[in-house]
Amino acid sequence: MKRLFMIMATLLATQAFAGEAQPVGEDPQIERRLNVLAEDLRCLVCQNESLAGSHAELAEDLRREIRDQMKQGKDDKQVVEYLVARYGDFVLYKPPFKPLTLVLWLGPLFFLLVGGMVWWTVLKRRRAQPEGVANTQARAEAARILEGKSE
Amino acid sequence: MNKRLIPLIVFLVLAVFFAIGLTKNPREVPSPFIGKPAPAFRLPEVGNPAKTFGPEEMRGQVWMLNVWAPWCVSCRQEHGVLMQLQAQGVKLVGLNWKDKDREAAALLARLGSPYLSTVEDLDGRVGIDYGVTGTPETFVVDKGGIIRFKQTGPITEEVWKEKLEPMLKELAR
Repeated sequence: MKRLFMIMATLLATQAFAGEAQPVGEDPQIERRLNVLAEDLRCLVCQNESLAGSHAELAEDLRREIRDQMKQGKDDKQVVEYLVARYGDFVLYKPPFKPLTLVLWLGPLFFLLVGGMVWWTVLKRRRAQPEGVANTQARAEAARILEGKSE
Repeated sequence: MNKRLIPLIVFLVLAVFFAIGLTKNPREVPSPFIGKPAPAFRLPEVGNPAKTFGPEEMRGQVWMLNVWAPWCVSCRQEHGVLMQLQAQGVKLVGLNWKDKDREAAALLARLGSPYLSTVEDLDGRVGIDYGVTGTPETFVVDKGGIIRFKQTGPITEEVWKEKLEPMLKELAR
């Protein structure tokens, strides 16, 4: 058992180490900026992956392009503008707030309001309901039983 | 209105939304280039690197830039249709995208070339300038050098008849 645990621990440790590997010979500061920025960008080939995590060839090319632009001294905003000009807002995981994306940003809020309104009216209606005859009888019965017990 | 019908109505509304969603192709990312000038480039021709080509040479003509690669299966699928189009006088320019093994020249010699000119984009940089995400993609460029349409995926006979042919006729006027 102990041995098995040791083997598993070793396997886990090596995997964690492999994930931390950084490309050699690159400017670490630019690599850090690239990784942070690319987390919020979509890989156009594997559309549910970020540009930072994707191994698609196009993603590698785009990371190279971003790296080159950062080396030329462009800031993050300029790099994002460069990508949006070519691939549209689709490349952004956080699309900008504009008329076209209004439904996207305000939709959830709208549905929350509708849900809240339904909840409110149901509660209000339930409170306004008078207690039924059966209910009143049951209460009286319960009170009688409880009284009889306590005596 | 009968209250018991409400869940059914909610279900139907959701079903309609999902049904519409299923007919959409997530690969068809709207191109930000529609209505904008085709990005400039100057690249060497496949098999004849001494000669170069740039899109400004096509000014005054309606033409299509076809992004393809020898390793791309659906490009092979559309090749036959492109050959037919060339026979009809459609002006096609090929962008040989990321062809690391340099197989394009041999392939075109074997299968025939539908292109007026095929240029080599070895590192994929011109492809990125055109917002290319994969092959094949085809851009329709008008006489003024403005991109009018982008076809993602192979040009089938259906796509040609329904979308491209009417559009090219309109633009050629």
